[in-house]
Amino acid sequence: MNHNLFVIIAASAIFYGTPIYFAALGEVLTERSGVLNLGVEGMMLIGAVAGSWTSSHLGGPAWFVVLGAIIVGAFAAALCAALHGLLVITLRANQTVAGLALTIFAGAVGLSSYLANSWHVARAPALRQIRRLNVFGLKDAPVVGPLLFNHNVLTYLSWVLCVVASIYLFRTRMGMHLRAVGESPQTADAMGINVTAYRYGHTIVGGALAGIGGVFFSLAIVPTWVDGMTTGRGWIAIALVIFGFWRPDLTLVGAYLFGAFSSLGLILKARNVDINSSILDSLPFVMTIVVLVVVSTGWARKRLGAPASLGVAYEREER
Amino acid sequence: MSSVRGRVRFEKRLDVAKRMTYLVPLMSVGAALVVGAILLLATGHNPIDTYHKVFSRGFGSRSSLSGTIGLATPILFTGLAAAAAFRMGLFNIGGEGQLIMGAVGASGVAIALSDQAAPVIFIAMVVAGMVCGGLYALVPGFLKARFKTSEIITSLMMNYIAAIVLNYLIFNSTSYWRDPKSKGFPTGKAIGSAAQWNEFTVSDVVVPLGFVVASIAAAVVWGLYKKTRFGFEVNVVGDSPVAARYAGVNTRRKVLTVMGISGALAGLGGASDIGDFRHVLDAKGLSQAGYGYTGIVVAALARLNPLAVIVVAVVMGGLTNAGYALQGPDFPSGLVGTLQGLILFCTVAGEVLTRYRVRINRRTVAPAPSGPAEVSAA
Repeated sequence: MNHNLFVIIAASAIFYGTPIYFAALGEVLTERSGVLNLGVEGMMLIGAVAGSWTSSHLGGPAWFVVLGAIIVGAFAAALCAALHGLLVITLRANQTVAGLALTIFAGAVGLSSYLANSWHVARAPALRQIRRLNVFGLKDAPVVGPLLFNHNVLTYLSWVLCVVASIYLFRTRMGMHLRAVGESPQTADAMGINVTAYRYGHTIVGGALAGIGGVFFSLAIVPTWVDGMTTGRGWIAIALVIFGFWRPDLTLVGAYLFGAFSSLGLILKARNVDINSSILDSLPFVMTIVVLVVVSTGWARKRLGAPASLGVAYEREER
Repeated sequence: MSSVRGRVRFEKRLDVAKRMTYLVPLMSVGAALVVGAILLLATGHNPIDTYHKVFSRGFGSRSSLSGTIGLATPILFTGLAAAAAFRMGLFNIGGEGQLIMGAVGASGVAIALSDQAAPVIFIAMVVAGMVCGGLYALVPGFLKARFKTSEIITSLMMNYIAAIVLNYLIFNSTSYWRDPKSKGFPTGKAIGSAAQWNEFTVSDVVVPLGFVVASIAAAVVWGLYKKTRFGFEVNVVGDSPVAARYAGVNTRRKVLTVMGISGALAGLGGASDIGDFRHVLDAKGLSQAGYGYTGIVVAALARLNPLAVIVVAVVMGGLTNAGYALQGPDFPSGLVGTLQGLILFCTVAGEVLTRYRVRINRRTVAPAPSGPAEVSAA
């Protein structure tokens, strides 16, 4: 292992950025339909605990267990998202408050902690973890090895999803309908698009992706359960959606940037660089604020890509 | 073809019935308890037994009532902080961090002024707590007013940063707050006995001074929002920002003022945490308490009414108190938070009943009469 510092930082940026990306991509789809879901942090934690439980209770070959954990984690988080949908789409509740409610309900001191303690997930490390692959046997190749060929299956899945989501949003009829629902549900409704179905569908898919991000935490990053183990990454994901102008590709760039901030502390510590760890710990949070300010100022003022009806309940009667 | 096709319809109410203002919170708590019972059953616990224990440990005796009022005090402050900001549609979720900063400021002056008279230290702690909490809240407030940056995410990020600052002061540096004599596990410097706040005993129930301060603060906020021009303008901005702008309200200045007030209230909670309860800057305890998030639940359940916040804070304090007393295999940690979250969920859903009439149609839908054009405050 004689890679230079840049390669190490880039490789771990991809690793730590992947779960943030899953959550952020889910939020991109949700917000494109006009629904703001601030419950990402809570959904990630529910996904994490459900995935951790599954990996300890499901038998069979390793790939089967990991697949099961990912599916169960995604499903559990999708249920939470459906709850949010019920509140804000059907009952037309305030989306900000409902999202906060979801994070408080499911979050670090809520249901995720309750389930982890009830199911005794906290006692032992997850039996099956998501391992790094050695794609084409190229993991030790210089530079490209650690960057491209030595990730786990979820990272590769995220790359596929990035391409698929970009095509879906901008090159397919359904994607166009989705954007119409987010921009002007009245118009979309008049065109015969089922606004409610689009909003529910994308909110639930968004939740499932956040859940996969959570599984990444409990089965790849921290293989034991810690209450609130995602430490604000769900909120950073929401900020990344704004940073990425609601586009899957730019959001991926942002996720890796924040992955780099998250891993910088560990890398510098390993290299005995003398810098107070508190400063490095606060880096992702400070940078989130800086990035948000930059995006909401100057040339980016127009908030390119922000769905016009984001956060507004659709009331057909008021058309 | 969307929502109207179904048999259940929501019709907008023209006016909100007065009784809804207390019926909805009561029904919300009831519904949350029912859902919580299902969750308890599903995870192998007896709900009636659990709820009985919660009630008796939270409110059953004078000593448990004392504990409940003690635990209600910090969330009364953060609940007021949330209510004051949410009233204007300003989602200050940073109560957690502002409370921590208030505790840092108040413990700092308490250590520095340790040879002064008790009333001097008390006033200094109150001022330091309010100033530190208020200034900390002004950061997201300024970003919101100047750059229109979402205060939701920035104030939340500030919570994490405050926890790191707290960690730094006690564990990761030789700061003014850290007790140099503490070996092994570092702790903060304890404040002197003159800096500790009084408590009152009302028929064997201990009421900390902070609870009295918080109740006075609630009355002041209520008066400010109900009886002054400032409060009226804040309410207008909250109900309709567009109308406020046409009426010439300086929204930017309002954002700064309200954020400052909200942060000062949370910071006062931090001063009370030092003066009333811990008497030391407790990095671990403070960052795990989650006062800020509970405050949001309290404010929502109180429907943002500062006086109702007092009642709701005591109820939530009882729940928390029971949670501490009962923690164990029969009462896993996280249950209290889950119940609080459920209450918040049901409150949010219940809000709908105040705004809409639920109508169940038997036959096909008749064309809805077009309602008056209302500004939807979504």
